Amino acid sequence: MSELPTSVLAPYAGAAVGDYVQILKPRVMSLVVFTGFVGLVVAPGHLHPVLAAVAVLCIAVGAGASGAINMWYDRDIDAVMRRTASRPLPAGRMMAGEALGFGVVLAVFAVAVMGLAVNWVAAELLALTVAFYVFVYTMWLKRRTPQNIVIGGAAGALPPLIGWAAVTGDVGWGAVALFAIIFFWTPPHFWALSLYRAGEYEAAGVPMLPVVAGARETKRQMLLYTLMLWPATLAPWLLGIAGPLYAVCAGGLSLVFTGAALRVWRERGDGGERQARQMFAFSLLYLFLIFTALLADHLGGGAW
Amino acid sequence: MDERERRMRARNRALLVVLLALVALFYVIAIVRISGG
Repeated sequence: MSELPTSVLAPYAGAAVGDYVQILKPRVMSLVVFTGFVGLVVAPGHLHPVLAAVAVLCIAVGAGASGAINMWYDRDIDAVMRRTASRPLPAGRMMAGEALGFGVVLAVFAVAVMGLAVNWVAAELLALTVAFYVFVYTMWLKRRTPQNIVIGGAAGALPPLIGWAAVTGDVGWGAVALFAIIFFWTPPHFWALSLYRAGEYEAAGVPMLPVVAGARETKRQMLLYTLMLWPATLAPWLLGIAGPLYAVCAGGLSLVFTGAALRVWRERGDGGERQARQMFAFSLLYLFLIFTALLADHLGGGAW
Repeated sequence: MDERERRMRARNRALLVVLLALVALFYVIAIVRISGG
């Protein structure tokens, strides 16, 4: 594989600082950081604010490292898809080795600092998250099975556990509930996107569910996972780590999300691109609001 | 200044900021850990 993204007309000027930021996938990182932060806040116990900030920084850097290594590995298929073709590697603004080296250094740094400054359980979970995303999702599952984002979604669901473990030094049932929320949210979120990007995934040879099983089956499974979100989002209330008003918020949001999945499901055949786009956009807001409700509930003393 | 030099300078500055931030970070972590935080 060519390592030098140069042309005969313009010598390689080296990647810009903005390119290094872009390969960290800052938009994905923001949601990861937020869910990790909520896990840290709602966990029972106390952590010095400086160490809490260090833990959140390590989660952010670990997520960024995963993104950089993912972009290194996927640079061939990123070049095929319109959504990803302008990323630094496929666009020729950065050398593959730069991205890999950057990602590996950041991953080692994040895990080491988490272990030395916070605790080694959180550090091990962070290492597991990065390894799962890189080896299990990116290298093993993504190009082989339509269940790629179901199993691989576990990596995106781990940050609240890391935040929780940073405070408690272990993983409690409350942390598992937060994991379950993101785990069951991931399939309808990604499949909504892949419904209206199916052609690009097919061209790149990525066996996303709409490519392999068709739009109808994808919509059915999206609805099923959305229904599984009900017990998952209500679990924090049932486990006593959130109050009844959180439960009302979670129920209301899940009702709207289920409605969005139903609107996608009702569209027969390959139709329903507009509904899928709406569901994808709402899915981001949904997860953000669920975790915001948890945070607000905790800061309000569980009274609301 | 050509594009290559401009980018190199920007990367060097960013690296300097990151290194200084790390020094400050490790200093603060050490102080907190020593004080039993």
